[in-house]
Amino acid sequence: MSTDNQFDLSLIETLSNLSGVSGAESAVRERVMKEIKPFADEIQVDPLGNLLVACRGEESGPRMKVMVAAHMDEVGFMLTAEDDDGCYRFAKVGGISEKYLTGKSVWVGKEQVPGVIGLTPIHLTEKKDRKSFVPLKKLRIDVGAGSADRVQVGDRAVFATPLKQVGDSLIGKAFDDRLGVAILIELIKRAPKQIDLLAAFTVQEEIGLRGAHVAAYKLNPDCSIVLDTTPARDFPVWEEGVENAFYNTRLGKGAAVYTADSGTISDPRLVQYLLRVGEEEDLSFQFRQPGGGRTDAAAIHRQRSGIPSVSISVPTRYLHSPVSLVRLEDYQATLNFVEAALKNMSSDILGALGT
Amino acid sequence: MDSMEMNDLLLDLLHVPGLSGREDPVLRYLQEIWEPMVDELRVSPLGSLEGVVRGNAPQPRPKILFAAHMDAIGLMVTGYQGDFLRVTSVGGVDPRVLPGGIVTVHGEEDLPGVIDQLPKALLPDSAPKDSVEFKYLIVDLGLKEAELKDMVQIGDLVSFQQPPLMMGDNLIAGPALDNRASVAAITIMLTSLQTRDPAWDVWVVATSQEEENMSGALTSAYTLQPDLAVAVDVTFASAPGTPDHKSYPMGEEIPLGWGPSVHPGLYRAFEEAAEEEDISVNREPLPMRSGTDADVLQISAAGVPTMVLSIPLRYMHTPVEMVHKEDIRAVAKLSQALIDRLDANFLSTLEWEE
Repeated sequence: MSTDNQFDLSLIETLSNLSGVSGAESAVRERVMKEIKPFADEIQVDPLGNLLVACRGEESGPRMKVMVAAHMDEVGFMLTAEDDDGCYRFAKVGGISEKYLTGKSVWVGKEQVPGVIGLTPIHLTEKKDRKSFVPLKKLRIDVGAGSADRVQVGDRAVFATPLKQVGDSLIGKAFDDRLGVAILIELIKRAPKQIDLLAAFTVQEEIGLRGAHVAAYKLNPDCSIVLDTTPARDFPVWEEGVENAFYNTRLGKGAAVYTADSGTISDPRLVQYLLRVGEEEDLSFQFRQPGGGRTDAAAIHRQRSGIPSVSISVPTRYLHSPVSLVRLEDYQATLNFVEAALKNMSSDILGALGT
Repeated sequence: MDSMEMNDLLLDLLHVPGLSGREDPVLRYLQEIWEPMVDELRVSPLGSLEGVVRGNAPQPRPKILFAAHMDAIGLMVTGYQGDFLRVTSVGGVDPRVLPGGIVTVHGEEDLPGVIDQLPKALLPDSAPKDSVEFKYLIVDLGLKEAELKDMVQIGDLVSFQQPPLMMGDNLIAGPALDNRASVAAITIMLTSLQTRDPAWDVWVVATSQEEENMSGALTSAYTLQPDLAVAVDVTFASAPGTPDHKSYPMGEEIPLGWGPSVHPGLYRAFEEAAEEEDISVNREPLPMRSGTDADVLQISAAGVPTMVLSIPLRYMHTPVEMVHKEDIRAVAKLSQALIDRLDANFLSTLEWEE
């Protein structure tokens, strides 16, 4: 791997391994708090659990207020009912395909008690039974009878995937959006001087962007940048000779800038500004293909009278699965890109629309 | 063997790879563990590990063989596609356990990777909408094509990477507990044999290739020509998704195989030994072939009286198989109890009478 990473790899590891399903983000919030405390001018935790941090600029006079958001929550599960023998029914929290559930291990509750989601042995099924995924109602999280007193209905569970480095890549869980959280922490540690950086570590993104909605109201910024992850589907197409026109983003191509997704049309002035910064500073970035998917920007841009917003993501393979894969160079590129964008930002980039 | 030693043994056995036909790593591990406990240790031409504790009866001394297969199921590399690998199964793998899993590709070195099915939009219209097929799976090592071809060859094996999970005091979960749990049981039996003085020769064999073709057990039985043979394997434990009438509770009783692959006289000897030693057992109906090494042990040479001992295991052939450690101990204890009851006359009393 390259040894010149200008970021804290152990921070990514710590954040990725924490459990923080939507509505139960405390462990992540505590960790973020610890990291940013020495660098923040103001810190508050709002009624939903958003962690809102202000890093005031040093220049006098009215400074541009730039909200940068990254969500702390991850997709996961909640135990909903107890069966016998350490087995629990469970519900999904956030979007997870059934194809990712069977044969996986999970961590249950704050103590991260190990559990498994099994599958009927292949010897006891017929070929036709294996033609479809097992519906959620037939699956159980099994913590073993001996651990049943350590978990209870209502506990959250996450995929049990400790972070690991593989060549120039990382594999692990919850990269969506702990990578964004890690970048935002790095940005606070090197906050720009000419603006007020209003950092929002949001909650409940995966169940409808609910944290960002109230955070944007509270912070009332001039504009916002949302840091997230977005799928890299740079796979081969099954049929030979057919080009993959559905890649969304590609690994190794740098920060993914949004022009539009299904929740937000990015502010054109911000997009042009980012394009200019990227080209002038020769940074590694790519445009994310417009299409499905949403980020916190979908809630932020329509708060109050409207907040010009854009999203920038780290391209990541296999999101919302037990294990995602990201290139270190893309993480570094996204950090560099957002840092450069903030460093050069001033109110004049938001010249009036329609003129 | 105390419970700490047993935990270590199990963890080691789950960490060393060894897929069918490529059992080398687990073979080397067991050679080291068994070496000090046996009078002779050798490796068969097909890679089974054969060890013997000599008995004290006069020659020709009868022999009993305990077989537990050491090979594990997994995957094999079939080809490259760009930066990705394509795979097929080694042993019976339900592909629905694979997407989103972490695997270890045993290439030039052990390489961790992610396995997933291609997104629907990249698949032909004929691909299943809500299931998984091997041909649409890719393994991503995070490497570029050129590097990938340097590091990985077609035919390289792929293990499930799922680390073992200790679940409370009694349960352990992880891949390859089928059949490393049984390998642990016969290893524990070997430790208890150290303080015994058996009449018979006791052969312990960690067999190869069970999950594919049982060739390891078949050939070792030919070489060793045992008078009795016992296959130790796993069976279905009661679990969500597993019918109760085809499964056994964990931690309560040892299922004793009963059917054409099992000699009824030997079955009764085990049943009696269990009763005298206060070990709970239950009858496991095996109406046709047992699906264990017993099927080939039984038809070795002129035929061998065989028995099947089972350890109940949840979620068989997934990366999260689960067993109860007391069941492993009970199988070891029952095996030792049977050995204790073998005397010079044992064979003459053995009859096929259901």
